[in-house]
Amino acid sequence: MTDVNAQLADFAGKEASPPVRGYWGSVANRLRYDYVTLFFLTVILLIVLISLFAPLLAPFDPTKSSMAYRMKPVGFRNFMLGTDELGRDMLSRLLWGGRTSLLMGLVPVVLATFIGGMLGVLAGFLGGWVNTAIMRTMDVFYAFPSVLLAVAISGTLGGGTKNGMVALTLVFIPSLCRVAESATTQVRGLDFVEAARASGASTLSIVQHHILGNVLGPVFIFASSLISVSILLGSGLSFLGLGVEPPTPDWGLMLSTLRSGIYVQPLVCALPGAAIFITSLSFNLVSDGLRQAMDVKA
Amino acid sequence: MWYYAARRILMSIPIALGVSIICYALVLLAPGDPIQSLLPPDASPEDIVYLKKLYGFDKPIPIQYLLWLQRAVTGDLGISLQTNRPVVVEVFGALSNTFVISIGAVLLAFTLAFVLGTLAAYHLGKPTDRAVTTAAVVGVSIPNYWLGIVLVIIFAVKLGVLPATGMGSQGSAKFSIFEWEQLKYAILPMLTMALVPLGIIMRTTRSAVAEVLNNDFVQMLRAKGLGPFAILRHAVRNALPQVLTVMGLQLGYLVGGSILVETIFTWPGTGFLMSKAILTRDVPLLQGSILVLAMTFVTINLVVDLLQTAVDPRIKRV
Repeated sequence: MTDVNAQLADFAGKEASPPVRGYWGSVANRLRYDYVTLFFLTVILLIVLISLFAPLLAPFDPTKSSMAYRMKPVGFRNFMLGTDELGRDMLSRLLWGGRTSLLMGLVPVVLATFIGGMLGVLAGFLGGWVNTAIMRTMDVFYAFPSVLLAVAISGTLGGGTKNGMVALTLVFIPSLCRVAESATTQVRGLDFVEAARASGASTLSIVQHHILGNVLGPVFIFASSLISVSILLGSGLSFLGLGVEPPTPDWGLMLSTLRSGIYVQPLVCALPGAAIFITSLSFNLVSDGLRQAMDVKA
Repeated sequence: MWYYAARRILMSIPIALGVSIICYALVLLAPGDPIQSLLPPDASPEDIVYLKKLYGFDKPIPIQYLLWLQRAVTGDLGISLQTNRPVVVEVFGALSNTFVISIGAVLLAFTLAFVLGTLAAYHLGKPTDRAVTTAAVVGVSIPNYWLGIVLVIIFAVKLGVLPATGMGSQGSAKFSIFEWEQLKYAILPMLTMALVPLGIIMRTTRSAVAEVLNNDFVQMLRAKGLGPFAILRHAVRNALPQVLTVMGLQLGYLVGGSILVETIFTWPGTGFLMSKAILTRDVPLLQGSILVLAMTFVTINLVVDLLQTAVDPRIKRV
């Protein structure tokens, strides 16, 4: 017997020699060697910083127009990236425009995560007719393609940043609700929830301690993949004149108003779209990387 | 199979009803009293009451909805405020134009994506796979309204080989995709639209084919000494139903979400109609197009679902 015990101790000692990592430790470790994700995470940080410090970084007033300097090419005098159709400095407008575009990308997703996640956990945990009522309502919203629903809501509410955000939030709630519902339903029947209930835990504390921890992962990953969609849709709404109102600089709006200039300065006109593309690509790739690192099934 | 089909069709009725409720509710959300737009500013209170009664606005909202639904089912979606023509005529006239570029885009995307996705799955983890995966991410991240502008800059402004916007002098009445003079107007919108489905179908094909290649029977085929083409033939046949389903769904998304691409190219489809309706605040036209597009989307999803059950005998549904 002593032999076996010694072997066991030896075995345990060998196993314990690499540092024991918790869940988040191993996630961080996996991320550390994922250079693509790290690179695009840096890009996102840069975009966020640039947008935050736009007032300090922008060389000109983004709304100051000048009839003399309309549609100038990249590198014209002090205008590093040229000027737009009203003679406003493109660089300054691009820097400022990041603010509204990022807000349009983040705010609806955060709001929808809260609302949709809550509805989903409610539907999944309570089951029965509550589930039927919530999920069948969501099915109806699912019957709209997302672009159509966003345009329909903000088109009838009228333009503006706030209405655009409301529209996008409503667009994202159903899918987030579905993810939260299916994760909750999976966890609800497991033994440890049963055990918690048997030991007298209240419904609230079961949800708080046992359900949420298992639901937040998938919901968070799914929400992160929606940021890129939200940026694309939000800029799309502005492009259609349904989002941010002029003269506020916004990438989607700039792309739309600059369309008149594609025969004069094609390169300048393509810049705002490139900014949208880089931002949405970065969020997409970081979301993919996080999904892999956190080992969440799509 | 027939039982499932009947059930699936019945199940889409409450969805369709829900969709109609949302379309109706959108008008209630719209700022301003709908009766206000019909009245002169100095209308007397009696006139207002009379008009409200005439249009049924004096009844409770659920009754108003049912009346509206009754008219909608019989094909009366109201009159466009701008053109004074029935909304149904406007929307269905535009719908065929949207279908032309959407179907073109989806077929284009499918052909390219299926080949590339299969290649990526066969060379999983190799440079080919990485290139295809990167292309797929780019495809879903690129704003297609920007890609449209870039394509116009390249092919219409710089090279001058394709027209930038519109549908040609023939208009939509005699449009034929078999004549180059008219087809060339549809090429750039199709290319622009094809990008998102391209990325998504590529991803689906890659994972579906890779999954089949992982099966034991593929190992058997290899052991038997079959070459790569023969093996891929087996894999593709097994992966095809799943990919076709995604393709069908993408068609639905394109038809419903055509507004951005059609606005760039002023392509006279439903999306362009909607963006005109938004600019002119033509609420009946907007409501009608949304209703028709959403119903089209529901129908496409239904057909795709039924076709999948018919095509793939492995899916047993009860």
